[in-house]
Amino acid sequence: MADSKQYLEFMYGALAELNKQGLELSETTDMIADMGLSSLEVMEFIEQIEDEYDISIPLNILPDVNTIGQLAQKLQELIE
Amino acid sequence: MLFDKFKEMAGFQAELTERDIKPFGAVTEKFLSPTEGIVGGRKVILAGTNNYLGLAYDQRCIDAAQRAAQDWGTGTTGSRLANGSFVEHELLEQELADFYGVGHAISFTTGYSATMGMCATIAGPGDVILLDSDSHASIYAGVQLSGAEIIRFKHSNPDDLAKRLRRLGDRVSNTLIVVEGIYSMLGDTAPLQEFAEVKREYGGYLMVDEAHSLGVLGATGRGAAEATGVEADVDFIAGTYSKSLGSTGGYCVSQHAMLDIIRYCIRAYIFTASASPSTVASTRKALEIMRQEPELRAKLWSNANKLYSSLQDMGLSVGPTPSPVVAVELGDREQAILCWNALMDAGVYVNLVIPPASPSTNFLLRCSVSAAHTEEQINHIINAYAALLKNGAISVRAE
Repeated sequence: MADSKQYLEFMYGALAELNKQGLELSETTDMIADMGLSSLEVMEFIEQIEDEYDISIPLNILPDVNTIGQLAQKLQELIE
Repeated sequence: MLFDKFKEMAGFQAELTERDIKPFGAVTEKFLSPTEGIVGGRKVILAGTNNYLGLAYDQRCIDAAQRAAQDWGTGTTGSRLANGSFVEHELLEQELADFYGVGHAISFTTGYSATMGMCATIAGPGDVILLDSDSHASIYAGVQLSGAEIIRFKHSNPDDLAKRLRRLGDRVSNTLIVVEGIYSMLGDTAPLQEFAEVKREYGGYLMVDEAHSLGVLGATGRGAAEATGVEADVDFIAGTYSKSLGSTGGYCVSQHAMLDIIRYCIRAYIFTASASPSTVASTRKALEIMRQEPELRAKLWSNANKLYSSLQDMGLSVGPTPSPVVAVELGDREQAILCWNALMDAGVYVNLVIPPASPSTNFLLRCSVSAAHTEEQINHIINAYAALLKNGAISVRAE
């Protein structure tokens, strides 16, 4: 069982390629408003997370997720 | 402000209006034939109508509609569950069930309400819907209304579907899988044989939307499931009358008797007026013609293969397989708008598709071929694209 820090570390790594502005990523970074990710990029990022943890992330949770920290929180709830 | 979210669209529409380019508001002022009309004052070949078999302008269908309007009036003024169920509605459902060789059918007022209504109703809270990532907007709308857990799988990827079914474990028995026969934007066909194999291994219920494959695929035109020999694996087939059958409406057929009960639970069926008598009558006639005249399908494919192979041979970025939907992908919005307008000037009216309606970040110049297109018209469309290539408006695809 991983803690949320481990999820965050994985996400920072996965987002590095998409971080075109070179932002310092944190739990409060908004993936769309701050990073400018397109909806397709968000979905590709989520697929990476799904494969890493062998889970499927339902679309239903996405309206409540804006920041990296919120996604890590949802991930923890799904896995644990 | 409430309207702030529409500012970007308002700006885009204002820009198009100022330039007098109307890709999303072009009005057909007159039909000259099933494949020719006057649009924006210009005589054009109608190359994006989805009128695959040319039956939208068939005299026999027009006669049937006129007779029905005379006998039954212009509208039903009520839903199927109230006062709007006429004998013609029931006959259409019986004929659809007979056509598919199943016991159960429901007819809807639109194709959108058919797929939306079925997806919203079959699965509910506590259930799971697995849908192809490139699914039509009506499917996305339906699954959002369902209250079910919604999981996307990679477009036309049986391995990804299998992986996600495996992750569900016991919940797979409460899972609806939704795919389409032919995908409307790029014309690619779902790998239904492989999907059926995955379903046989893991379980779940399978729904196939044959909106763009009815009348197009299969020995008798039943669609992609017939063409791939997996109809027995498909639990629900949905589709529309507004393409190959040239009218308006939609349907769902099934081998499951439960469909007759589900009918009473579909809000998109219960709380809307039923299809007008003339619409139902022309649909029934078109279904009869489609069954009796397979040569229409042969002509459709002859035209489709010619347009697809010609554009592909020119080096344009077309969809992955020959199909009556022939879309050229472009990476730039301005280029797409200018090319759409140049095609109109050349007498060819295609669909301009912009993200998110397209399946990627690309823009599409989308043709849908008809059996009613003449060889001369197909050549005209090909020449119009060739002219775009020659004058540098579009370029060949990157290898």
